[in-house]
Amino acid sequence: MIAIIKYNAGNVKSVYNAVTRLGYEAVITDDFETLQNADKVIFPGVGEASSAMTYLKEKGLDEVIKNLKQPTLGICLGQQLMCAFSEEGNTDCLGIFPIQVKLFPSTEIVPHMGWNTIYDLKTPLFNGIEENSDIYYVHSFYCENSEYTIASTNYILEYSAALNKDNFYATQFHPEKSAGIGEQILKNFLSLKT
Amino acid sequence: MLKKRIIPCLDIKDGRTVKGVNFIGLRDAGDPVELAKKYVVEGADELVFLDITATLEKRKTLAEMVEKIAAAINIPFTVGGGINSVEDASAVIKAGADKVSVNSSAVKNPQLVADLAARFGSQCVVVAVDTRNVNGTEKVFVSGGKIETEWETLDWVKKVEELGAGEILLTSMDGDGTKAGFKIDITKAVADAVNLPIIASGGAGTMEHFAEVFTQTKASGGLAASIFHFGEIPIPTLKNYLKEQNIPIRWK
Repeated sequence: MIAIIKYNAGNVKSVYNAVTRLGYEAVITDDFETLQNADKVIFPGVGEASSAMTYLKEKGLDEVIKNLKQPTLGICLGQQLMCAFSEEGNTDCLGIFPIQVKLFPSTEIVPHMGWNTIYDLKTPLFNGIEENSDIYYVHSFYCENSEYTIASTNYILEYSAALNKDNFYATQFHPEKSAGIGEQILKNFLSLKT
Repeated sequence: MLKKRIIPCLDIKDGRTVKGVNFIGLRDAGDPVELAKKYVVEGADELVFLDITATLEKRKTLAEMVEKIAAAINIPFTVGGGINSVEDASAVIKAGADKVSVNSSAVKNPQLVADLAARFGSQCVVVAVDTRNVNGTEKVFVSGGKIETEWETLDWVKKVEELGAGEILLTSMDGDGTKAGFKIDITKAVADAVNLPIIASGGAGTMEHFAEVFTQTKASGGLAASIFHFGEIPIPTLKNYLKEQNIPIRWK
């Protein structure tokens, strides 16, 4: 069973659709026990950091997410909420990745929206994915490159396309919206050993 | 490098694709879901669905259609047409649309753009702007291009950026349907006036027209309908051509 975290962010349904298209059974839930017992957990999201964190804390989901033991994938806002701090609403986040989320300098078009390349791919999350493959982004905030970076992208500056620490994985891009490449990345995550 | 996006637009009426579609190999070419799937396989980077259903009653089927599209395709898509409130937008976003597009309703009530951005985030909010040259000045038109507003196009796009729009879908009414090329002047002026992604629309008739708009303006996407629907320009052929022109394009 794949558990997709239900909270006050958009696009949760798209992730559900993508997972079920791959033939997995999935449930969108905020039930603690279901989350803790799932084979894999996905923490998706399109939305705003401070209101999302407030909601997670009210529901007690912040503690549950931090303490998940199975492979867990944050997507877009999900990734940003897994970091320590976001400049969006000056928000203290979950702190799984001890790094900062920053606003793009507006020297170029923001949001970064559309298909861009990923490179320096590491970990089995990117098995079978060629360097410089195109994946879909839409975001205005980014995570700097750090020791947790497992893929990079360049837009305005070089930053983290994906992160990994222990059982936690995260992507700034949207695998559920990235056609065949994204499907492969999701499939890789779903086949990680528990 | 960020790629230029090729975006087919599907006009929907009463749950069916209109504008006479002429694809071979589709079980039902009028079914938006079938057509959407075909475009995804061909390499479309995004899709736009515009609901032109006249009656409110029949529009209720829109959310059901959006749900089917969302279940079937794995690229982003925008839904527009008749979105007049946060509730209207919420219904299609909940059904799985990545973005909503507003046009006349935003001109009538600019606060709608701000409300949508606050509720769903700017990245969800596309403002569609229909522009036409009136005695040398580009003006915003609404109601399917029938009614001239008081807004000058360049003022309006700056206003919607301020309000929180995430993207502008700019249609030149002068170019629309002519197949004489995108209107470069206004597209360039709008793209220079705001710091938002611009989708150019109206006038595409050849592959060169796409190359033109991508090299001469900062537009990040090119949208067209009939040239794709009628198979005049297959998307793979177009992308191949643009790639040969060294325009950054998603390939594969």
